[in-house]
Amino acid sequence: MLNSKISLKLNLGVVSTVLVVIGVFAFFNIQSEKKSLLTEVERHANQLSEAVKSDTEYDMLHNDRKGIHESIRRIGKQVSIDRIRVFNKSGEIIYSSVATEIGRMVDKKAESCYRCHSAGEPLEQLEQKERTRIFRPYPDSSRLLGIINPIYNEQSCWSAACHAHPETQVVLGVLDVTMPLTEVDRNIRHSQLAIVIFAVSAIIILSLIIGLLVRWWIDRPVQALLTATRHVAGGNLGYRVEVKGDDELGMLARSFNNMTDNLAEARLQLFQSDKLASLGRLAAGVAHEINNPLTAVLTNSSYLLKRAQGQPETADDLQVIVSETIRCREIVKSLLDFARQTVPKKRKADINEIIGRAATVIENQLSMRQVELVMDLDTTLPNVTLDANQIQQVFINLMVNASDAIGENRGTINVTSKAISLGPTGVLQIKRALCPKRHDLVDRKIQVDAKPAISMRYRKKKQTGLIHLNPMYGSTEHHLNGMPAFDEGVEFLCPDCSTSLMAEGEFCPHCEAPIYAFEVPLKGLVQGCLRDGCGWHQWEQIDSAWNDKYVEIRVTDDGCGIPKTQISKLFEPFATTKGQKGTGLGLAVTWGIVDNHNGTISVESEVGAGTTFIIRIPVGL
Amino acid sequence: MSQVRDILVIDDEPTINQAVEKVCGAEGMTVTAADNAVEALRCMAQDEFRLVLCDIMMHDLDGFQFLEELARKGIRTPVVMMTGYSTVENAIRSLASTGAVDYIPKPFTADELLTVIRRSRRCSMLLDEAESASLPRNGSMSFVPCPTDYHRLGYVSWVLMEDQGIAKIGVSDLFLKAADGIKEFKLSPLGEDLLQGVPCAEATSPDGSTHGIMCPLSGRILEVNAHAQSNPSLVEKDPYFRGWLYRILPSNPASDLQWLSF
Repeated sequence: MLNSKISLKLNLGVVSTVLVVIGVFAFFNIQSEKKSLLTEVERHANQLSEAVKSDTEYDMLHNDRKGIHESIRRIGKQVSIDRIRVFNKSGEIIYSSVATEIGRMVDKKAESCYRCHSAGEPLEQLEQKERTRIFRPYPDSSRLLGIINPIYNEQSCWSAACHAHPETQVVLGVLDVTMPLTEVDRNIRHSQLAIVIFAVSAIIILSLIIGLLVRWWIDRPVQALLTATRHVAGGNLGYRVEVKGDDELGMLARSFNNMTDNLAEARLQLFQSDKLASLGRLAAGVAHEINNPLTAVLTNSSYLLKRAQGQPETADDLQVIVSETIRCREIVKSLLDFARQTVPKKRKADINEIIGRAATVIENQLSMRQVELVMDLDTTLPNVTLDANQIQQVFINLMVNASDAIGENRGTINVTSKAISLGPTGVLQIKRALCPKRHDLVDRKIQVDAKPAISMRYRKKKQTGLIHLNPMYGSTEHHLNGMPAFDEGVEFLCPDCSTSLMAEGEFCPHCEAPIYAFEVPLKGLVQGCLRDGCGWHQWEQIDSAWNDKYVEIRVTDDGCGIPKTQISKLFEPFATTKGQKGTGLGLAVTWGIVDNHNGTISVESEVGAGTTFIIRIPVGL
Repeated sequence: MSQVRDILVIDDEPTINQAVEKVCGAEGMTVTAADNAVEALRCMAQDEFRLVLCDIMMHDLDGFQFLEELARKGIRTPVVMMTGYSTVENAIRSLASTGAVDYIPKPFTADELLTVIRRSRRCSMLLDEAESASLPRNGSMSFVPCPTDYHRLGYVSWVLMEDQGIAKIGVSDLFLKAADGIKEFKLSPLGEDLLQGVPCAEATSPDGSTHGIMCPLSGRILEVNAHAQSNPSLVEKDPYFRGWLYRILPSNPASDLQWLSF
């Protein structure tokens, strides 16, 4: 799996880095410790040899050999001392803490003599370092440190009573002290072990910490993303990744969610247009099939109607057949129109009259089901520019739906009409917004209130960031993303080219703050104030020309209601809840018709209590 | 024995043939019905017809292939196309085709059928007259043809492309004459979107029959000729200049214009 590989790789990388670092550190550390320990022992040995020298000097001068023997034997007995010896110039061991050695000759090539005698002629002066040597007497014994201390000829020596040494001799002999390095070696071994333990535990702890962090910060979010991709790949476009934090993975999760949203929307639209296309083919086929029988009905009935002028009763009945067949013709045509998204044939008409006509058509059906139709129509409604046949179809659809929702349980359908005023604010969506250099500020990737937002960059001194405005004209529900208080010289810029979006020399008429401005292509300038709590806005071209007169029709039933989950799909083609009974086209056609009239249709529903469809149609010119 | 009959109706639906026979027969016209285009061609070889009503969607030979066949045989009987598959394209293709004079979408009422039949008959008569009038012995013309720089949709309507991509549209004199005069025009309101091949205005003749005037070009109405609405006789007197109907902003002029004839 990908994530385990990532954590494994990360861990391996970190462990090898730690190994190298600790290794190098340990090497130098042990080296320096070795050095300082040896120096210490060396110094100690030197001191000791100086002490022995001065301790025995008196005895030497008095040539008290027995005293010297005794001193050396005594000192050499100490645990930290291997042996102490004195050789004379010819290499004979004169005194030694090991009594058996006395009188033996020392080879000049031996390790204690080698320093001075290596160059043929013996040296007379040596540095302390040069006088020290580390050696093993036998390959399996512990190391020893030896220090030689030459005994120089002094006035007191040659002038002493014994006259043992001539004046010309420079070095009288050598004091050799050897000390075992067992302790030092043990210390070094200890610290080597300590460093190995330290390295191993550091690696274990680091791996654990990094493993945990990787798990928290990378593994889990990546795992969540992987699960999400599998879901999305499997077709579940409703799946969301839980977004944690603002790091790159958080951003990835967010953009993943965004992507799925867009994908879902695109798929919905594709699906919708696919459905519309098949609906179009269906409608065209149906039109042809139905139009032929309708032709027979219409020609015959209209022919009969012409001949029945003398018989008013028959003529009335035939008139019903003719006009209803003509209505059928218009329905078929509107089905084709809907499939082709053509324009409706609009005339000024009285909407109450259309509601009345629709009611007459389904009167029988309603009374058969014992559904009461109550109409509360505003008789002072202005005439509305609309396609009467299409709008009649809308009302028939809604009333039939209402009666279906009531079913067998006796109920009431209420139809009301009234004139209302709707301002452009909250109705009009800004779909394009241009900066002075013609960059589109509408950012389809960022949504405010489920619509593509208008993005701007704010700048205040060095602080900068993006803000997203609600594209519904007049809305104040923007995403200001922590923009600093407005009145301290904030400036708005185009996110693409950083051109200022401030309306120069213009100020908010309410709070006198500077205002932003952008252009909506062909529809003039939108200006607004973003000062906290102000919310002033202006779109001159729209504000002045806006016709706020709307007619609102509500069709309410007290039927079974629509579950919330189905409301969003209500206006999609083939989204029927009636099973075999409905085609699922009714509300899609209804929506198409209302949309063609630049109107809006919305639903309020409560399961068990009933449903209200609200249609708002602009009165028009 | 060859006879002259008024109508030949071709439709694969017998009920429609019967209905047409009934409606036209009641008006004193002689009607022959054919189930398909092949049979129709046989009928036409036998008898002479004043007008053919032909369905578009038929098996074997469809309506447009039938028209080609007529053209190949040099038969000049006027044809009115009918169809239940009333797409805009069918309407325009019918009007723009040589040989077809008019188009009637199904379903239609008896009156609508009779109106189209009468109008087409009159139209073909006028065309015949015009042809004979172009001979030097007869100086007067029975209708004024479209000016040469106008585009025509069949014999019904015309377009004049003005400056700045704006188009003026109106109704042709032949259509007005074939409709036997107009006493009233019902025009679409300002701002309406018109679709080529879909009626953009309704004309009522003195006898009460109504004629849909097929729009020659799709677009949005910029200006409605108020004089034409208030004074229909102006359109009759001067259909190509002062009697225009709309100024429109064409939505798709390039592809629309290819259907129109100069």
